[in-house]
Amino acid sequence: MTVLDIRDLTVRFATHDGEVAAVSNVSLSIAKGECLGIVGESGSGKSQTFLAAMGLLAPNGRATGEVNFSGMNLLTAGEKALNSVRGNKVSMIFQDPMTSLTPHMKVGRQLAEVLVRHRGLSAADARAQSIAMLKRVQIPEAERRFEAYPHELSGGLRQRVMIAMALLCAPELIIADEPTTALDVTVQAQILDLIRIAKDETNAAIVLITHDLGVVAGLADRVAVMYAGRIVEVGDVRQIFKAPQHPYTKGLLACTPRLDDETGGALLTIPGQPPNLQRLPPGCAFNPRCAYVMERCLRERPALLPDAAGGLSACFLTNAQGAP
Amino acid sequence: MWSYFAKRVAIGVPTLWAIITVCFFLMRLTPGGPFDAEAPVPADILVNLRARYHLDDPLWRQYLDYLVGLLHGDFGPSFKYRDFNVTGLIAQGLPVSLQNGFSALLLAIVIGVPLGIFAALAQNTRRDYIVSAAAMTGIVIPNFVMGQVLILVFGVWLKDSVFHLPAGGWDDGAFPNRILPVFCLALPYIAYLVRITRGSMIEAMRANYVRTARAKGLPFRLVVMRHALNSALIPVVTFLGPATAFLLTGSMVVETIFQIPGIGRYFVQGALNRDYTLVMGVTILSAALIIAMNLLVDIIYSLLDPRVRYNEARS
Ligand SMILES: Nc1ncnc2c1ncn2[C@@H]1O[C@H](COP(=O)(O)OP(=O)(O)OP(=O)(O)O)[C@@H](O)[C@H]1O
Ligand code: SF4
Ligand SMILES: [Mg+2]
Repeated sequence: MTVLDIRDLTVRFATHDGEVAAVSNVSLSIAKGECLGIVGESGSGKSQTFLAAMGLLAPNGRATGEVNFSGMNLLTAGEKALNSVRGNKVSMIFQDPMTSLTPHMKVGRQLAEVLVRHRGLSAADARAQSIAMLKRVQIPEAERRFEAYPHELSGGLRQRVMIAMALLCAPELIIADEPTTALDVTVQAQILDLIRIAKDETNAAIVLITHDLGVVAGLADRVAVMYAGRIVEVGDVRQIFKAPQHPYTKGLLACTPRLDDETGGALLTIPGQPPNLQRLPPGCAFNPRCAYVMERCLRERPALLPDAAGGLSACFLTNAQGAP
Repeated sequence: MWSYFAKRVAIGVPTLWAIITVCFFLMRLTPGGPFDAEAPVPADILVNLRARYHLDDPLWRQYLDYLVGLLHGDFGPSFKYRDFNVTGLIAQGLPVSLQNGFSALLLAIVIGVPLGIFAALAQNTRRDYIVSAAAMTGIVIPNFVMGQVLILVFGVWLKDSVFHLPAGGWDDGAFPNRILPVFCLALPYIAYLVRITRGSMIEAMRANYVRTARAKGLPFRLVVMRHALNSALIPVVTFLGPATAFLLTGSMVVETIFQIPGIGRYFVQGALNRDYTLVMGVTILSAALIIAMNLLVDIIYSLLDPRVRYNEARS
């Protein structure tokens, strides 16, 4: 059963030097209980895809397409309808726990207001449930932490608070945007464990946005790879790791250090610059950096089509793409 | 934290003393004196006058006398208003200036801050442009021009209508007499507050935690009032601290235009007349107010943002 269905989503920002398409024609669907990983370099449009889906774009951004969630199109839904979904049926966890909590409010109040809002709980009940949730995300001394201000907590604890906040209303979907990027390595592992536990316990669907393929490997069922605002490959997580199809995915995998790596852990990077959205080359956006580039790649843009490995990819090498 | 504030108060005393000292000697260094009237005073009378006001004492002596007087709440005699002492003049003028200042301050906050928030939330729309342009106009038009315009419109043109307002005078603080000066006093502050609030609110709305609050499904009004407003108010408070001190000690320009017997007017006249003690009195009062306001601003900071914790290490 599909929880969230994104159809042909395009996000444009009005900027001083013209319009930028940060996301172009993205279609994705997320099934109940599924964990979908979204990977791609910085600026590839991962965050904007889901911010747009939740109606949280910056004022200069416009989204077109469809985002279907429990029978409504979130892109055309009013603020009121959106607010009954946000934090309730769909919740979000953001990258930077240092700045994602309101500094002048005690964390307890920030948790409780979600329950007051969506569940209509009294202050006392909201407090009790919030503290219970803090305990569930393994925050020691939850009662005391409930009264703390964000700056009095460590980064790891703050991210636990964010996770607790996301779980409060037992959402159908949790969008975690780089939940571990800003944290120490040891804390990263703990937070990922926590997300895994939450996933198993609540059966919520999870979108896990990251540029770390290692994170995806341990948690995701399916992976979508984004490049320059488009999805270039989608597939089952094992397939992506075992038989990546798109040259960009191959490049990403080659850059991910592995324990059994014979290069001795030397970090590779994909040659060339990350794309500039305002000056994308004609044809395949990846063509300046692609080792397999052909003449056709300079003229035409490959569509996202089924490939031999069973997923979808957007490359002239991996599927027929019609007659050249 | 409270020991920090106690310390700040304690530091305020020597600061004030330094201001008094600098001001005292600067006044005496300025050419001219209180008795250089247009018609020269005969030499023998001048000698008597100088003796009466102890101006013939050595300067250090006058300075010490003045300090001792201040400790007793005595700002000394006025050199120009012969039968008054400065303490009396201030006691007379200060309530008038305080009332006008407070009214203008309230008016400025009540209009300026919400209007700034309104413009910020409508950023880059026509509503924003109108408000921002009006604010810019309010900033660039000087007080003395605005005062004259107000007098012309409400005092002269609308003379025979219900909107007629007195063009000046105080009439013991009758309400209609207060309207124009308070409005004139408040206008530039409204304009500044709109600009400052607009800017800081736009900034605050971009904060990650505001995005979190929206992602939680809180209604927009709550997101703004509960999550964004606090940090947006910090620059507003920073501006209002000294602004309050200036407003409360009376605007020389506005009080002069509207002939209001506040202390701002005394300051102008005092300075022109080299009325040493009167100028000193008003200056000390302003300085004390500014010091107090800065302290108040620091206290409000710590209320707006719990990360602001004052301690000895940071002071
Ligand atoms: N308000 C905005 N105005 C103009 N451009 C924007 C705006 N917000 C985002 N963008 C652009 O949209 C593009 C996609 O951004 P997005 O945040 O989705 O990247 P991302 O894949 O999440 O990268 P990261 O890993 O850095 O988070 C970026 O190039 C960014 O510059
Ligand atoms: S379409 Fe061409 S340039 Fe693009 S990834 Fe495939 S081979 Fe490379
Ligand atoms: Mg991002």
